Amino acid sequence: MKTFKLGGVHPPENKISKQAAIQELPVPETVSIPISQHLGVPANPVVKKGDTVKTGQLIAKGEAFISANIHASVSGTVQKVDNVPDTSGYRRKAIIIKTEGDQWEEGIDQSKDLIKECGLSAEEIVKKINEKGIVGMGGATFPSHVKLMVPQGGKAEYLIINGVECEPYLTSDHRLMLEKAEEILTGIRIQMKALHVEKAIIGIENNKPDAIAHIRKLLPDYPGVSVQPLEVKYPQGAEKQLIKALINREVPSGKLPIEVGCVVHNVGTAYAVYEAVQKNKPLIERVVTITGKSLKQPSNFLTRIGTPVSTLIEAAGGMPEDTGKVVNGGPMMGKALSNLESPVTKGTSGVLLFSKQESHRKVVHNCIRCSRCTGICPMGLEPYLLALLADHHRYEDCEDNHIMDCMECGSCLYICPSGRPLLDHIRNGKAETGKMIRSRSQ
Amino acid sequence: MSLLTVSGSPHVYTDQSVSKIMYGVLLSLIPAALVSFYFFGVAAILVTLTAVVSCMFFEFIMQKYLIKGPVTIFDGSAIITGVLLAFIVPANLPLWMVVIGSLVAIGMGKMTFGGLGKNIFNPALVGRVFLMISFPVEMNIYPKPTAFSTQLTDIVSGPTPLAVVKEGVAQGEKVPDMLPQVPEYVNMLMGNLGGSIGEVSAIAIILGGIYMLMRKIITWEIPTAFIGSVFIFAGILWMIDPLTYVDPFFHLVTGGLMIGAIYMATDMVTSPMSRWGMIVYGVGCGFLTIVIRIFGAYPEGVAFAILIMNAFVPLINRGFTPKRFGEEVKNG
Repeated sequence: MKTFKLGGVHPPENKISKQAAIQELPVPETVSIPISQHLGVPANPVVKKGDTVKTGQLIAKGEAFISANIHASVSGTVQKVDNVPDTSGYRRKAIIIKTEGDQWEEGIDQSKDLIKECGLSAEEIVKKINEKGIVGMGGATFPSHVKLMVPQGGKAEYLIINGVECEPYLTSDHRLMLEKAEEILTGIRIQMKALHVEKAIIGIENNKPDAIAHIRKLLPDYPGVSVQPLEVKYPQGAEKQLIKALINREVPSGKLPIEVGCVVHNVGTAYAVYEAVQKNKPLIERVVTITGKSLKQPSNFLTRIGTPVSTLIEAAGGMPEDTGKVVNGGPMMGKALSNLESPVTKGTSGVLLFSKQESHRKVVHNCIRCSRCTGICPMGLEPYLLALLADHHRYEDCEDNHIMDCMECGSCLYICPSGRPLLDHIRNGKAETGKMIRSRSQ
Repeated sequence: MSLLTVSGSPHVYTDQSVSKIMYGVLLSLIPAALVSFYFFGVAAILVTLTAVVSCMFFEFIMQKYLIKGPVTIFDGSAIITGVLLAFIVPANLPLWMVVIGSLVAIGMGKMTFGGLGKNIFNPALVGRVFLMISFPVEMNIYPKPTAFSTQLTDIVSGPTPLAVVKEGVAQGEKVPDMLPQVPEYVNMLMGNLGGSIGEVSAIAIILGGIYMLMRKIITWEIPTAFIGSVFIFAGILWMIDPLTYVDPFFHLVTGGLMIGAIYMATDMVTSPMSRWGMIVYGVGCGFLTIVIRIFGAYPEGVAFAILIMNAFVPLINRGFTPKRFGEEVKNG
């Protein structure tokens, strides 16, 4: 069974919600749609207070090269365009819409009919994906159209589709692969056309044998697409690790996948591409896993962007008594929420509730130099050393020891038997080292 | 509603802990302990108990009254130091010497550096070497193994096989003439030979090592490099002159090699962090062991070899960093 070689950990999978079919969450009373839900420059609002909008209408325009359009996820009246606390707790600009009915924009195909044929050219496809505000749905939220425009001198050979879902607990991609496989495969064919590649590989960890079997059965209709089962290991869903696992190529330090002829997209993104290109539908909803050991009904909800997290929790049976922490995303890389009114955004793959007991970190002991962090670091770094250097503000040494290669997967903090806050120090170190490097080039 | 905890990712943590690792090591020492108690009897039990209790006692005193920090004597590390120190001294060592050895191991070996995780040298080995230099006579009389011995005085003692060979070579005897004076290899493998309390049975120690490997408390690199290089270096000398140099199998089953390679050199605090670092360190230990055993003044060199290599660990860590992802790219 294929997997990446260097490092990796095996946190308990806890995929509690994998049997729960995707349910449509009722349209919430109000939505709060941040103008920055993607990597890159925030979009510029094109609506103002008092405007009426329809579902799917453009409300903020991504004008920079790396940016993305944002659309209304409900129909109703714009209440305000204001700074509100976002997922990370900072106040950032968002468009708040009060829902009235569910009136969709003209030209969006709301039917469930599968449309396999796509007559558009590569340029038209990329344009459409740009227009509809599609971003990476795995969590990194990089604007998808940018990835589909191969830079000068680069050549894409493979389209890699990430169906790994290596984060414990999360099941939104799993359910999507089971319930929307044909749409995903069509989306993949469309992306292949846009990239002019002949080969696409879907990587799926073998803890999802039903998804692997289901997609395999459909493959004959989709030439060039193949499925590769992978051994379960975190963080296989990181794009560099996934490329290594699937085709044994290593993306050089500091470079992008296109360097080794690859473009990586999530299965959720492939589905969003299908909807944008074939159904003319902007990215206004996504599948969100809501889960936790004490939650009544762990579920997978098709949720409108901007829905408050509290609405999701209510829909899943309400907040359990002993809840101590609510995480936006998976347990390894997700952000702990300070405010349950913060909205679901394009990158929200799950909401995870931990009990009070699970919410506490371990007591911190001395480093016993067990070398586990060094052994499991998927980037081959020395987390114990980087944490120490960062703690001592030795940022030049941090740079020399390649702190910027760290992708913050959290494996080091997970594995440390002494409960040391390795990644906390490394995060600080990365921020400061990054500042130092940028100031040098000015 | 009550307040929510907000902390950086990740939000799940392994159930491994420092004390789980330490108690895992102790569990793995049970076969070796049973064999030693069988061969050296009550004396071995007394020495082991004395060492464990004194190590915990001295750690308690130093943490509570000198450092005035948290007391962590039940995290298992002081118990390990005690057991390992006992396992590398003779069973008939006077108990007051055991107490002094424990004081040096915990005090000089561990607490002066700041406690668990900060020490440069393996504490048990520091204690043993201190005893070896301070009490050379007592540390060189090894009781002969007797099944279920309850004797505490007038124990029959004799030199270890390593000492027999060393002495013989110094007298100009030929190796094949000396071998009849030492137990058969199969006997030595089981632990039926003169030696320190816990080091005698290679089999029991290897069993413990396999348990630790399975629980991922140690990794294969250091023991393999250490034992493998002893075998290779001893083998080269033996092939050059089998009359002067004893065969490599002899080196594997005698003295403290197994306990050194599996329990002392793998001490995580005092060994390198990266795979290649561990291999280099293991080979260094093996090389120095053979150099001291064959050309040095002492019949046994494992303790010195490991302590010397301990001192090189910071350098090895800088010289042998792990291979990074995307560092040298070979894409076909």
